[in-house]
Amino acid sequence: MTLLQAFVTLPVLLPMLGAAASVIVSPRASLQRVIGVVTLALVCVVAGVLLVSADSYGPVVAQLGGWPAPMGIVLVADRMSALLLLISTLVTLAVLVYAIDQRISDYGRETASTTFHPIFLLLSTGVSLAYLTGDLFTLFVAFEIMLASSYVLITRRTSASRIRSGMTYVIVSLMSSLLFLTAVGMVYAATGSVNLADLAGRVGMLPEGLKTVLALLLVVVFGIKAAIVPLHFWLPDSYPNAPAPVTALFAGLLTKVGIYALLRTQTLVFPQDHPSTLLLVIAAVTMVVGALGAVAQDDLNRLLSFLLVSHIGFMLFGLAVYTPSGIAGTALYIVHHITVQATLFLVSGLITRRTGTVSIAQMGGLAQTAPHLAVLFAIPAITLAGLPPTSGFVAKLALLRAGAGATPAAEIVAAFVVLASLLTLYAVARVWVRVFWGTPKEPLVDNDPNDELVVGTARSARGMYVGASSLIVVSIVIALFAGPLSAIASRAGDDLQTREAYRSAVLGPDTAPGGPGPVPVAAVPQGPAAAGGGAAIGAMTADDAEGTTSR
Amino acid sequence: MNITINLSMALVLAVLYSVGFYLLMQRSLMRILIGIVVLGHGANLLLQLAGGAPARAPVLDAVPPQEISDPLPQALALTAIVITFALTTYLLALGYRSWVLVGHDEVQDDVEDRRIAARRGPDGAMEEGTAEETEAAPEDTADSHELEEGRR
Repeated sequence: MTLLQAFVTLPVLLPMLGAAASVIVSPRASLQRVIGVVTLALVCVVAGVLLVSADSYGPVVAQLGGWPAPMGIVLVADRMSALLLLISTLVTLAVLVYAIDQRISDYGRETASTTFHPIFLLLSTGVSLAYLTGDLFTLFVAFEIMLASSYVLITRRTSASRIRSGMTYVIVSLMSSLLFLTAVGMVYAATGSVNLADLAGRVGMLPEGLKTVLALLLVVVFGIKAAIVPLHFWLPDSYPNAPAPVTALFAGLLTKVGIYALLRTQTLVFPQDHPSTLLLVIAAVTMVVGALGAVAQDDLNRLLSFLLVSHIGFMLFGLAVYTPSGIAGTALYIVHHITVQATLFLVSGLITRRTGTVSIAQMGGLAQTAPHLAVLFAIPAITLAGLPPTSGFVAKLALLRAGAGATPAAEIVAAFVVLASLLTLYAVARVWVRVFWGTPKEPLVDNDPNDELVVGTARSARGMYVGASSLIVVSIVIALFAGPLSAIASRAGDDLQTREAYRSAVLGPDTAPGGPGPVPVAAVPQGPAAAGGGAAIGAMTADDAEGTTSR
Repeated sequence: MNITINLSMALVLAVLYSVGFYLLMQRSLMRILIGIVVLGHGANLLLQLAGGAPARAPVLDAVPPQEISDPLPQALALTAIVITFALTTYLLALGYRSWVLVGHDEVQDDVEDRRIAARRGPDGAMEEGTAEETEAAPEDTADSHELEEGRR
């Protein structure tokens, strides 16, 4: 195992070891903070190295325990996973800074409870593993690590309302996990493999009906995790009840990991060469239902949660088009949206600390009383709505261009993208008018100081502002470096669509003929050419598959 | 694909999945918990069956490779069992906590659903509620829920 291959394991190992160390030093809260921040900063560096290396030299693959690919577990960092890993870790780090300061100002420097940091790092472990794994069952394990940590985070310091929302969240997630397990079982029964790169060849030989069943089952599983309408009902009910940093982390990362898993499995295992009507319709419905839901809300956090659901539809749209440019648009949109949605929830936390309420109707005149909050809210809000020259505009433009070149159905859904963007703009403008304009209102006193949700004082520590504003800086940087970023995203889109780079990196060059590294956009097989390539791969692995399944 | 599946096992799977999903749709967290346990058993059994018909233990040097059963689904099922077990325990703790805090372990409706239900007047017409009313709505329904409990 070379040094670079060892690097692929670090984003998983570092937070996990950090969590263990954090438990060991748990009586000393300050040491826990140092461990948390240092670990995540290191993972950021590692993710940056992986991104550069994957972009220049192709996917980095680590075969765990030395077992070769289809048998053992592999970790793969290609452009897509390294890019998402980097941005996710950056957001996690900023949220941690915010959370640390909130906890210091709320509970005092040394009395903060000791479960937060280990669980937070474990969540990061799960997210990293989900991005890096090249194996369907390890993806299940990654989801479980991530979700189990999120169960603890969402029900910490339990109050009656948090128990209620936590129950919904845990039950829905557990059910989707069991469906995932069922899907893994069925995929294994049908193909005799759980390695994604190996499955890419084997699933192509299955009868059409069986393939559809497996693909749909995985869409449902990841659809629940990603909160795609009509599987979104749990999200606006459970997220707003958690404390601001936890909500920001969940909104930024958990749903995006679902979208990433969907993206990875649908492109690698169930490839298509034409837009999927089902996904296009679901994407349009998700965008509109989410945005309309947001318009109807009075609770600031619920409003943001509905906007989150709406924008999941945008990412789904890029995937549904099934072209390299569509996938590149999705990648850009995920990068943009992780940052901006987390920022908005962090700022919402700052606002509720100031006003003592989450009800928009009971706020007012914050632009006069807290102008810095107005700036902190305005930038991510405009970015989310996608006005130029923000990162939201860059990402939406990429999606619209992908949609415009595709089929008429895709062009109709592209119109929905514009509609949902307008509704988003309306929703955030409504927040702006109600919360920041008008006559200033007295802050409400917190009725339940224990619930960690609404503190209702102007008491906000500097670190909370640092956390929120550093994310704003990240989103501005994304907008500034839109050119290189789109270039990486479009190369990542090509990788996912052609599949050869990933397959040959995981299975070795012999197993995937016709894949001489990254294929330029012009050479992407379309229509009959793609079908021919699939058949070639099918014929090539046919003997192999028979050998495993005929016991 | 020449995987043959035992009919009795397929029936057991069907029963486990339907019982599991039926219990998931109940109100009480205890029933949901049992539903998740049953569903988990179903999923683990499915993983086992995915490995094909039972054969000899997969010990490399003791048994000829043609006669051993596929060890991978067994490893997967073991992992899955551990995970389901841990999460079941967590759900049990959550149910206990709910019992302590709220006095029952029923999974309640979405706040939004209750708010909309509370807005609906006696004749079924929608009434425009003020912010204060809608804020108070969840408590109202919680009270009426406890009243119901009392009547039983």
